[in-house]
Amino acid sequence: MEILIEYGKVFLTGGIICTIGQILIDKTKITPARILTLFVTLGVILGFLGIYEPIYEFGKCGASVPISGFGYSLYKGTVKAIAEQGFIGIFTGGVSATAGGIAAAIVFGFLASLFAKPTIK
Amino acid sequence: MNTNLNISNSEYNDLISKKAEKSPILKNIFFAFVIGGLICMLGQFIFNQMLNLNIDNEKASIITSISLIFIGAFLTAINVYSRLGKIAGAGSTIPITGFSNSVVSPAIEFKSEGYVLGIGANMFKIAGPVLVYGITTSVILGFIYYIFNYIF
Repeated sequence: MEILIEYGKVFLTGGIICTIGQILIDKTKITPARILTLFVTLGVILGFLGIYEPIYEFGKCGASVPISGFGYSLYKGTVKAIAEQGFIGIFTGGVSATAGGIAAAIVFGFLASLFAKPTIK
Repeated sequence: MNTNLNISNSEYNDLISKKAEKSPILKNIFFAFVIGGLICMLGQFIFNQMLNLNIDNEKASIITSISLIFIGAFLTAINVYSRLGKIAGAGSTIPITGFSNSVVSPAIEFKSEGYVLGIGANMFKIAGPVLVYGITTSVILGFIYYIFNYIF
């Protein structure tokens, strides 16, 4: 039962975040590329304001898997690095915390481009 | 097909607006919600499996991101993610798999323009701005955090 509630919260949180994005796409002229940029920036800001933390505590991967969670990781990594390294942590923390994802996207992207054929549009 | 291409811009626009379906907002929202939620649940499943293997939270969440990025890249390469995107909209754009798609998709598309100026230069066409604004915001807010917590 506990596991069902956990997955339910994940589904709900992730679903709501994506719904907000969908409403913005449908109701405004914001393109999906801008939505990604907007959400990552919002994730950083909400992390700074202490708002994303409780959302993450509630929704776990429902909050960390959307791109706003990437922004939250950037901010959380910065705070952690400041605690460990002081001033220089402002610059090293964010990218360090998200390095795995960035490197994975580059490598898998490169490999995929070697094997996949472009589709004719 | 008997298509006459010698038409004016306004005629063309009329034609397009007639052909284009009205975006059914409620349907879009439903699919964005469900598919976005399901992708997050898949992430939680991977995350929980890592915790079961006694991997700590921080590493488990990195492994989850990398796994989802791999899945996004793979589905993009076999041309499934773009089809999913037509139904899911933001439900497939906003999860980290969508970030992966935004890197992989232009990499494949611009392959014909070469390895450096094609794949290399276009890979971050969409993901680039995400990193620019994400990292810039985190450095600025990190600086403010530093000032308030370590100087005052």
